[in-house]
Amino acid sequence: MATEGAAAAGAPIRSPMRLPRFFRGGTPVLLATAVLAIAGLMTLAPELFTRRDPNAIAYLERLQPPSLAHPLGTDENGRDVWARVVHGARPTLAAAVSLIALSLAAGSLAGLVIGAAGRRTDEALMRVTEFFLALPQIVWALALTSVMGRGLVNCVLALAVTWWAQYARLMRAQVLGVRHREFVLASRALGQREWRILLRHLLPNCFSPVLVKATIDVSLAILLLAALSFLGVGAQPPLPEWGAMVTIGRKYLLDYPWYATFPGLAIFVVVLAFNILGERLRDVLDPASGLHERAGR
Amino acid sequence: MTLVLRRLPLLVLLLAAISAAVFALTQALPGDPAFIAAGGGDATPEMIAHARERLGLDRPLWVQYALYMRNALAGDFGRSLVNRKPVIEDLAAFWPASAELALAAIAISAAIGIPLGVLSAVRAGRWLDRLITPGSVFLGSMPIFWLGLMAVLVFYRVLDVLPAAGRLTVGLAPPPAVTGLLLVDSLLARDLTVFADALAHLVLPASILSVISLAMITRVTRAAMLDILHEDYLRTARAKGLSEPRVVLKHGLRNASVPIVTVVGIQLGQLIGGVVVTETIFSWPGLGLYAVTAVENQDYPAILAFTLLATVVYVVINLAVDVLYPLLDPRMRG
Repeated sequence: MATEGAAAAGAPIRSPMRLPRFFRGGTPVLLATAVLAIAGLMTLAPELFTRRDPNAIAYLERLQPPSLAHPLGTDENGRDVWARVVHGARPTLAAAVSLIALSLAAGSLAGLVIGAAGRRTDEALMRVTEFFLALPQIVWALALTSVMGRGLVNCVLALAVTWWAQYARLMRAQVLGVRHREFVLASRALGQREWRILLRHLLPNCFSPVLVKATIDVSLAILLLAALSFLGVGAQPPLPEWGAMVTIGRKYLLDYPWYATFPGLAIFVVVLAFNILGERLRDVLDPASGLHERAGR
Repeated sequence: MTLVLRRLPLLVLLLAAISAAVFALTQALPGDPAFIAAGGGDATPEMIAHARERLGLDRPLWVQYALYMRNALAGDFGRSLVNRKPVIEDLAAFWPASAELALAAIAISAAIGIPLGVLSAVRAGRWLDRLITPGSVFLGSMPIFWLGLMAVLVFYRVLDVLPAAGRLTVGLAPPPAVTGLLLVDSLLARDLTVFADALAHLVLPASILSVISLAMITRVTRAAMLDILHEDYLRTARAKGLSEPRVVLKHGLRNASVPIVTVVGIQLGQLIGGVVVTETIFSWPGLGLYAVTAVENQDYPAILAFTLLATVVYVVINLAVDVLYPLLDPRMRG
């Protein structure tokens, strides 16, 4: 970061507002935080942003361009696109966050066990994670949802099937790094039980790279879930999930371009915000990693 | 070669696990396959029992898996539930379109990403270099299907300079199939009209698909070049009076080639998911569109065969990347 470089060079630059360190990453970080705050508010209380019912059908007003009454225009059923984008924040973000939370919980637990277990178990379980990493995600999500049935929830489950393995491997590498540190040996010498050492000492000390990855992965999760909606196996109508809205809007793209444009723009802005905050989180928590870890995925 | 041999047992194990996983999917399918094979609603219990026996569904699970493997190795993935043709024929007909798209996309992102990465490393800290990271985050945040639709709006609807769907203009006769890649086949047939038309159709989808890998290739090239730009042998090359481009390209880029080739290879594998999405946007008649259509029609034999094929291709590409290292870097041989 350019500002940090200047500060390190000895220039007496001080943030006049005394922001926490995380937010001293410049304008992009502040903007991204604002975007996510707004998106979060839309998720919790969409009524604050629009009074319209996202599912209210009005055929007389179908496919209207953006206007004062309908800031983002209307869709093929005369529903207000702005209202649907606002109400779409909840399914879109909740699905992505639960996908990552699920993969993170399952993967970290597995990684913790793999890392703490003996050599044989470690070897065997690593082969298992290799298998799951060998599956191309979108292809398997398509296959699994075609068997389990469509819908946002099944897409979350289908992607988690492959995703947990990434966290398992990251967590294992972390555990191997701290397993023989003094504080672990000390607590073992004090007679603490193994599982207690795992949870109280290993887990907290392994978590920052996992957290950085999770933040960046939420953005990836939004993109993948939206792509699955676009391919027809994700969110089903009339749910106003952003990817599904782009999918239907695609049919009207050439004559009514605003319909597909705005929900896609919403995805882009929120994903960009998650990426910026993820990169910032890495700068703050985990400066040593960086490009190489992402490239190796 | 030894590396290939050493990896072979693991590869076989991995492929066996993958095929077992696909077989497990066949077991989880909704509906009774014997009932469907016997003709559905009109089938008598005898007909269903007969079909069950004929399909081997009354045998133990491991025998069924063995049968499935035997058929799969012989290229028999059953018949499509929609057009009743053997699935393997469809796969053979559709894969060249996907290969052409993916190869064009990776060629575009390598052709742009590697020079961009080299330039930004050579001029580290200057304006181009400072644009790379924010630029790659920016591009990487766009949903590719949305970016594709926006490109259709601009280049097809507004500017009207590029076609938005298919591989060739309807009515144009495709060249005799040799490789299945229209660009190559049309050149072989010396048919420049078809070549130009196929190229025009390829530009948008391949460019959109290349966005997926462009950022990563640029960033890895930049990092690899930065790592070696201060090595002694580059100083020596400069000292003996070689021109700067020659130093950077011949002595620099060549020594940075291992991570670069690796990332290009890995990205080619990563493109598989993107191919499915891109083909759907541009109605590109490849395996991805075939798979999505099969999912829509619940054409299970087609879906499962595509899943197996795509996974095997993905695994083999990643293996090929591993095997390529020692060819590029003599230090890793032996």
